[in-house]
Amino acid sequence: MKYCDVVIIGGGPGGLAAAKGAREAGARSVLVLEREDRSGGILNQCIHDGFGLVRYKTMLTGPEYALRARQEALNAGAEILTGAMVTGLTPRRVVTAVTRQGLLQIQAGAAVLATGCRERTRGAIAIPGSRPAGVYTAGTAQNLMNTKNLMVGKKVVILGSGDIGLIMARRLILEGAQVLCAAEMNPVPSGLERNVSQCLYDFGIPLYLRCTVTNLFGKKRLEGVELSQLDEAGQPIPGSQRVVACDTLLLSVGLIPENEVAAQAGVALDPKTNGAVTDKYLQTSVPGVFACGNSRKVLDLADFVTVQGLTAGRNAAAFLLDRPLEPMPPETSNAMAKGLPQPGTITCILCPKGCRIQADADGKATGNGCPKGEEYALQEQKAPKRVLTTTLKRADGSLLPVKTSQAVPRDHLLDYMDRLRNITLSAAPLPCGTVVLRDPFGIGADVVSAQ
Amino acid sequence: MNNTFDILIIGGGAVGCAVARELSRYRLSVALLEKEWDVAAGTSGRNSAVVHAGFNNKPGSLMARLCVEGNRGFEAACRELDVPYRKTGKLLVAFDREDLAVLARLKAQGEENGCRGLALLDQAQLRERLPQVGGIGAMESPETGVFDPFLYTVALAENAVQNGVTFFLGHQVTGIQVVSEGFRVTAGGKVFTARRLVNCAGLFSAKIAAMAGVDGYAIYPCRGEYFILDKIADGLLPMPIYPAPKAGIGGLGVHLTPTIHGNLIIGPSAEYIDAPEDTASTQPVMEKLFREARQLLPGLERKHIIGAYAGVRPKQAPPGEGGFRDFVIREEDTCPGLVNLVGIESPGLTASLPIARMVRDILGRTLELIPKESFDPTRRGILRFRDQDPETQARLIQEDPDYGEILCRCQKVTRAEIRQAIENPLGVKTLAGIKYRAWATTGRCHGGYCLPKIAEMLEKSYGLSPQEITYRGPGSQLFSGRVKE
Repeated sequence: MKYCDVVIIGGGPGGLAAAKGAREAGARSVLVLEREDRSGGILNQCIHDGFGLVRYKTMLTGPEYALRARQEALNAGAEILTGAMVTGLTPRRVVTAVTRQGLLQIQAGAAVLATGCRERTRGAIAIPGSRPAGVYTAGTAQNLMNTKNLMVGKKVVILGSGDIGLIMARRLILEGAQVLCAAEMNPVPSGLERNVSQCLYDFGIPLYLRCTVTNLFGKKRLEGVELSQLDEAGQPIPGSQRVVACDTLLLSVGLIPENEVAAQAGVALDPKTNGAVTDKYLQTSVPGVFACGNSRKVLDLADFVTVQGLTAGRNAAAFLLDRPLEPMPPETSNAMAKGLPQPGTITCILCPKGCRIQADADGKATGNGCPKGEEYALQEQKAPKRVLTTTLKRADGSLLPVKTSQAVPRDHLLDYMDRLRNITLSAAPLPCGTVVLRDPFGIGADVVSAQ
Repeated sequence: MNNTFDILIIGGGAVGCAVARELSRYRLSVALLEKEWDVAAGTSGRNSAVVHAGFNNKPGSLMARLCVEGNRGFEAACRELDVPYRKTGKLLVAFDREDLAVLARLKAQGEENGCRGLALLDQAQLRERLPQVGGIGAMESPETGVFDPFLYTVALAENAVQNGVTFFLGHQVTGIQVVSEGFRVTAGGKVFTARRLVNCAGLFSAKIAAMAGVDGYAIYPCRGEYFILDKIADGLLPMPIYPAPKAGIGGLGVHLTPTIHGNLIIGPSAEYIDAPEDTASTQPVMEKLFREARQLLPGLERKHIIGAYAGVRPKQAPPGEGGFRDFVIREEDTCPGLVNLVGIESPGLTASLPIARMVRDILGRTLELIPKESFDPTRRGILRFRDQDPETQARLIQEDPDYGEILCRCQKVTRAEIRQAIENPLGVKTLAGIKYRAWATTGRCHGGYCLPKIAEMLEKSYGLSPQEITYRGPGSQLFSGRVKE
């Protein structure tokens, strides 16, 4: 059996950071096992920007963030094996993975669980009604649209106000679909306030609070959903039902830590959240097995997953080398602003803090947490601008995530999308940052590769 | 294409497919017409997936006789057809004295029907047997089992195809004419002729009979809703547990059944409905199911639920009457050559092979049945990666690297299995068809992980356009097109 100092299960932001951490802390051999054909995890399908503000102090798209995380792990000397699905982990840290080359068995000196999370589904929230095509979780729709070039539908209702749902509302609008509304059963949105602002409010999509889907209609393809208002106890208010005709329902109703592998090793899981229980050193109930990121507790930002991954990786190496473990950084992740953008204020979208800024007519701002916020608010007052992120088709049929090199006028985003719709790029390599279209809108903004 | 056959079967449920396979033993030209785009699309694929012992039905009835006979031959048939089956036994649980009397009566009835090994358990014996189950006593039936009714029906259909039967999927029968040579049947815009007609149309059997001019049958659709629990619930229960049946309900009562795949299902309810294909779940029933299941198994938790489904029973007993009316399996005096199968509800799956043999015997009265030497009763299913030991897994990957790529993370289904499911002998290319054949998308993530991969396979390897990728055939498109055309 092959031996490896630290084996990391999962090559998303947590796993890649753990690899870097483990190598830097002295582990000789560090192997990341990733089931997809490239590492990066869910980041690869998150073509929007907003990543990296904490970790890299710059605004990156998901694929750009993944690229950096991957490069850092490789530069630190870790090995990444893609196309390897871990199917087994024993309490003595024997890892089994299935690959196209065969079954892999590795004895790990220490292991890090970085298996991420999965989405709650229709089944998990037991929505009554028929079972037609056209009901997707938001993340699956994101994968289909951004990596498989498959459009999920044209007339969409979104249930839940998680960040992925909000991001997908905007994505669907940009790609020509109608998004009729988002319904959230709680009195406050569960996604970040900046996403409510830039994904729903920017496009005039109504958000109904204390409202949920209580029935589905359509035998073959979805034909409509029934929305009901909920009372304080979360029960549907009789008589409040209304039917919305639509062909697609996107669910953004929560994420559950993915811990099938952890459970096999006997790692204690939180019965409520399904997260792997760890001590402050990120070590699970099984000695030598560490956990980080969303497999432990679902975090709001990839940046925080990275920070935790680094600690988990360093501690895995320290465990092996019999050195003292370091406590994990404080969990500030879920302190990000949530709520509804307030009338008369501008919710800053430049970072997850989502400051509520008031800008007066004389060009003065209050409520901003940094000078950039003031700049943003004043611009927003005059002529709102956004960085446009989307995909472009390539000659081989694949999609390339791209973004504008600078923020462009928000009110023209749909026109710009129209102009990009029929463009096909060559299949030649277009490294991240390459200008793929020079100033296509005649406003001085290029379109650059973001992968 | 020449659409003339000796025998036409209408309906591709378990019974229709069992009849098709049974008739494929003989030198006959046989075709099957199914309105949906796959077999087992109706009642056969939406039930508790239990192989019954036969104590529920009145002695002397077809239901009792064919169920007991079906049960005895089921394991051997599943081996022949390479479909999973497990003899689990089953417990009927009593909650009061009245229930105990019902159990005693059922035991006597079962014994009269020829069921083996039925035993009454008192409370102490029940606790010892299954400590997690509520109740004050029980009847144990050792001959009851669980299986996968979809795979079973698919296997019957595939074996029939292998032996020369032609399947026409997506062919809804819209007209039947009695003509001198037999029957002229219009289906899917084509005209078929046949000397004999076998009506296995389940929920639509009365309608099909009426189309052929035979009135007097009525089917009352009775819906049963279910919950599916995650595999973590595996081991919670080694065998199905049913409540002692109450008089007058349309089914067997809400029960808990471990599936052959390791999930647990709760259900079914029994509710007469108007639309025979309304398989929606409803809020009040979902609440009731969970409540009643908790009574049987107090340790059940809501977070274990990963899905819901519903099936519809083709009952002959009208709403006021409840209970069961016996199967109708007969050639009509008023319409020679038409064999009607009406009201084939539970235990129709268990009884499907004896039913098929009975149909064969009826046809044999007027047709010469000459066995075909080439008939092969064995059929190979898809080799499941996750069920193999590590050595076999390693060998499989070496022989076919697609076995080394797990596409469905929840159920550990590999690309090789999905490929085999897509390349099924019936030519079904729907997502539901792939799902039930390969068992992909059936886990706790509901295909969130593997659906994009399967869609990509259908597009890239099998040349389907995005609009041709459907859930259950035309009209159930999964995608509106490409994001970037």
